[in-house]
Amino acid sequence: MSTTTLTHDEAHHHEAPKGWRRWLFSTNHKDIGTLYLLFALIMLFLGGASAMLIRMELFQPGIQFLDPDLYNNLVTNHALIMIFGAVMPAAAGLANWMIPMMIGAPDMALPRMNNLSFWVLPAAATMLILSFVVPFFPGGGTQINTGWTIYPPLSVQVGMSMDFLIFAIHLLGISSVLASINIIVTLLNMRAPGMTLMTMPMFCWTWLVTAFLLILVVPVLAGGVTMLLFDRHFGTSFFDAAGGGDPVLFQHLFWFFGHPEVYILLLPSIGVLSHVIPAFSRKPLFGYKSMVGAMLAVATIGMVVWAHHQYTIGMSLGAVTYFMIGTILISIPVGLMVFNFIATMWRGSMTFETPMLFAVGIVLMFTFGGLSGVMLAVVPADMQYHDSMFVVAHFHYVLMPGAVFGLFAGVFYWLPKWTGHMYDEKLGKIFFWTNVIGFNITFFPQHFLGLAGMPRRIVDYNMMFTEFNVVSSIGAMIFGLSHLLLLYIVIKTIRGGKKAESRAWEGAKGLEWELDSPPAFHTWTVAPQIK
Amino acid sequence: MNDRATENHRNKRRTTLLLSGVVVLMFGFGFAMVPLYNLFCQVTGTQSLSQRSTIGQIVPSSGGVDENRWVTVKFDTTVNPNLPWDFSAVTHTMRVHPGKTYEVNFLAHNRSHSTVTGQAIPSVAPWQATPYFSKLECFCFNKQTLTGTQRTEMPLRFMVSTDLPEEINSMTLSYSFMRLKEGEDKPADADLPPLIAANPE
Repeated sequence: MSTTTLTHDEAHHHEAPKGWRRWLFSTNHKDIGTLYLLFALIMLFLGGASAMLIRMELFQPGIQFLDPDLYNNLVTNHALIMIFGAVMPAAAGLANWMIPMMIGAPDMALPRMNNLSFWVLPAAATMLILSFVVPFFPGGGTQINTGWTIYPPLSVQVGMSMDFLIFAIHLLGISSVLASINIIVTLLNMRAPGMTLMTMPMFCWTWLVTAFLLILVVPVLAGGVTMLLFDRHFGTSFFDAAGGGDPVLFQHLFWFFGHPEVYILLLPSIGVLSHVIPAFSRKPLFGYKSMVGAMLAVATIGMVVWAHHQYTIGMSLGAVTYFMIGTILISIPVGLMVFNFIATMWRGSMTFETPMLFAVGIVLMFTFGGLSGVMLAVVPADMQYHDSMFVVAHFHYVLMPGAVFGLFAGVFYWLPKWTGHMYDEKLGKIFFWTNVIGFNITFFPQHFLGLAGMPRRIVDYNMMFTEFNVVSSIGAMIFGLSHLLLLYIVIKTIRGGKKAESRAWEGAKGLEWELDSPPAFHTWTVAPQIK
Repeated sequence: MNDRATENHRNKRRTTLLLSGVVVLMFGFGFAMVPLYNLFCQVTGTQSLSQRSTIGQIVPSSGGVDENRWVTVKFDTTVNPNLPWDFSAVTHTMRVHPGKTYEVNFLAHNRSHSTVTGQAIPSVAPWQATPYFSKLECFCFNKQTLTGTQRTEMPLRFMVSTDLPEEINSMTLSYSFMRLKEGEDKPADADLPPLIAANPE
């Protein structure tokens, strides 16, 4: 390819612009990826802080220092900040950084839209934080005490902070829909010559499916919260029984989004695992085609089983049976993925650097969370477990390993590529062990609490639950504080460290490892030829 | 080479437009769910608990008083924030024999200085017990009006059916007092079948 094919923009911007303009006006996928990741890191600490307040309150029975509404507002905020602020942007950050480099494209397909989809996020986060702050001021109305599911009729009665939250959800939705469109267009149109859909890296596949899920379900949530807004202010009765509406309809709309959302959170991390495990087992990924098939199956079945979150609303026997069978069916393709990972490790020459430690941890702990998920899918059992701490334990065992640890694995795996420096392996291992041990101490006892009957989202609890709550709270402090170490490692790696080679891990495969570490500001301006 | 670049550009545009179309469609789908959901429930009876024919029907006691059986009945009260009343049960728990008629009183107090009309909506938990709890005389049958700062007792006469399934030995009768606006015959939520209210969540 000759230089004459360079567009006007590319010819004039070989160097990164300086100062704040570089970030605010950025159309560079690497810079936007960095912005996404930094934003996610900040949100991780905000969400983590609210979680630690929750656990401090639950350290002892009785009401310590949070009043019930404030407690429930923290629960709401913790969920929304972690899901929409930390995990989804972090996954989008990985996608921005890695997808163009992996498929040999010079940038994302729609660079200006990429800028927009990131810069909507700080605005959304401000709205989200305002929804928490506003009730502290006179005339600010009541706190959002509904939990992240914002079920009416309670959410119709909440004060103006709910309006901030609704608009925050709109903005977050716009951001992720735009990012998803961008990713799909990039993956479908900008692969290097010779790279087919069935030979592109697995991380790209997972993001392709994730992005499709996002554009299918996020607009439905946006519609649902818009109806809620109308019910609150414009006299409609979508969910208000007084006017002929149905509050259960909101639950259906919410979980039509909410259940695929868990696969949106999970799949990018499965993509990271599909790179980390082969790299440190020195073997290619076992069963590429079956991985793709399993993922498509998970996404398809995952779209039509949402009502397993609502068994207790009084559906007919036929309906709950359908949702139960559908839900249990999902464990088959997910199990296939887990077996593929195990088969990849089988007889490989494995080493256990930090990304691999996280990967192995995920395979173990995510499977555990999946098993408690099968328990919850069983209708008669769920009638007992519903809204208990068992559910809390279950979804933290799926989401922490399944989503967050996968992102940690990805960050440690690609940090040398991004910064050009190797991170401190010893500190990385210390981080892994404190993190994983803290996590298990926090959430394992919550299974027992739930089975013994402790409800979730309630500030106080019966004396008989004290011991396990004390253990859980101590674990939460270890777990929460361990993330300061992550912050330190990341800053230290950005500032210096052992120089990373192009192929930072000798077992790593893929186009991104052919580039320098750190890569030039513009890479793959000449598309590589795939044999 | 230039042809390929334009073609690639056109492809990107087409994919982007197509995906934007999907987003708009799915946003519309959320709103289409409103009529579709009602239709779906009517046709399939999926939301059947609130539509079962037994709902609202009271199973009359088939035998006399069952002296050998005790059932615990608890009384629970809620007042909607729009209604400036205090409302509570005089007796919170009582043990009753199925087939026998009992009377309990509730206390109502209008905290405001103006005349306010309200209506109580009853519900029974567990919902399976609903048909076996008959209210022979209840303040919830009519709307209730209290003048400013008036206090009053509201009586309830009830009987638990002798046909109450054996596994149920305790039930809770819960009243939600709602405010009636001027010119309304019944409170906003009075159309709800009793099960919706009886079914937590």
